[in-house]
Amino acid sequence: MSTDGDRIVMVEMPGIDPEKCNGCGLCVDVCRCHAVVMVGNRVTIINTKLCGWCALCEMVCPTDAIRCAYEIVVEERSGKK
Amino acid sequence: MAVQEELIKSIVYFSHLGPDELTSVQRFVFEKTVERGGIILFEGEPAEVLYFVISGVVKIYKTSTDGKEQILHLIRAGESFNDVPVFNGGANLATAEAMGPVVLYGIKKTALATILKDCPQVSLNILRVLSEKMTRLVMLVEDLSFRHVTGRVARILLEYTGDGGAQRPRLTQQEMAAMAGTVREVIGRALKSLEKDGSVRIERHRIIITDKQSLQETAGLAG
Repeated sequence: MSTDGDRIVMVEMPGIDPEKCNGCGLCVDVCRCHAVVMVGNRVTIINTKLCGWCALCEMVCPTDAIRCAYEIVVEERSGKK
Repeated sequence: MAVQEELIKSIVYFSHLGPDELTSVQRFVFEKTVERGGIILFEGEPAEVLYFVISGVVKIYKTSTDGKEQILHLIRAGESFNDVPVFNGGANLATAEAMGPVVLYGIKKTALATILKDCPQVSLNILRVLSEKMTRLVMLVEDLSFRHVTGRVARILLEYTGDGGAQRPRLTQQEMAAMAGTVREVIGRALKSLEKDGSVRIERHRIIITDKQSLQETAGLAG
């Protein structure tokens, strides 16, 4: 969540499955924007506004605990070139 | 930190070795730490050291003359890299970069002959490691050379198009790879290709289809 003037904006973030996460911290190590941190033994996403969806955390996760999923949408003017 | 025998045992190359053999190997192993983004090996430079990842992840990739990057493999704890040029006396085949802080164990090329002579089991382990790597590379070559992965990715994007709500599941690159019958490393390339030809635009966590007709043509669905 972040603020944009008076508005509160929900920012989409990578998902973490705490049951799959083994707390190895590789995702924290590779995150260039410092959005992923360890809080105790749990991986937590903070600093949401800076996450650029590079998906490096997902790529290195050995237990597939992190999901950087894409939603796929059609632009309204799609098909008209 | 001193090289630890327990960590050497965790390396596939040195599995099933006896205590004396491990001690013999340990004499030739040195430790190296690299920070995130640090380049461990440059493609084309003489191969002098065989490396093993103890902690962290190392990205092995090649770069084309126009700057395109193709990831060949992510090397994790217990795995080796730079094996082939060290054994055949050539240059580094690819660039190796630390994706986060990494701890490596290294063995100089000149020491390998002694280790192989003292520990025949290592030769068998090496055969297994290289066979697995070759299998993986052959699969990657097949994907990059013969399969129309971009077309299959285009088809998946069309099939999973939603209206921004929760009706359609969101897909990770790993899931797209599994659906397209390819490896994750190829999906990023396919998406970039679709973006370059103007069919899609990627905005953070959103893939926006900007030219549906073009995407349908790539998917082989235009009619």
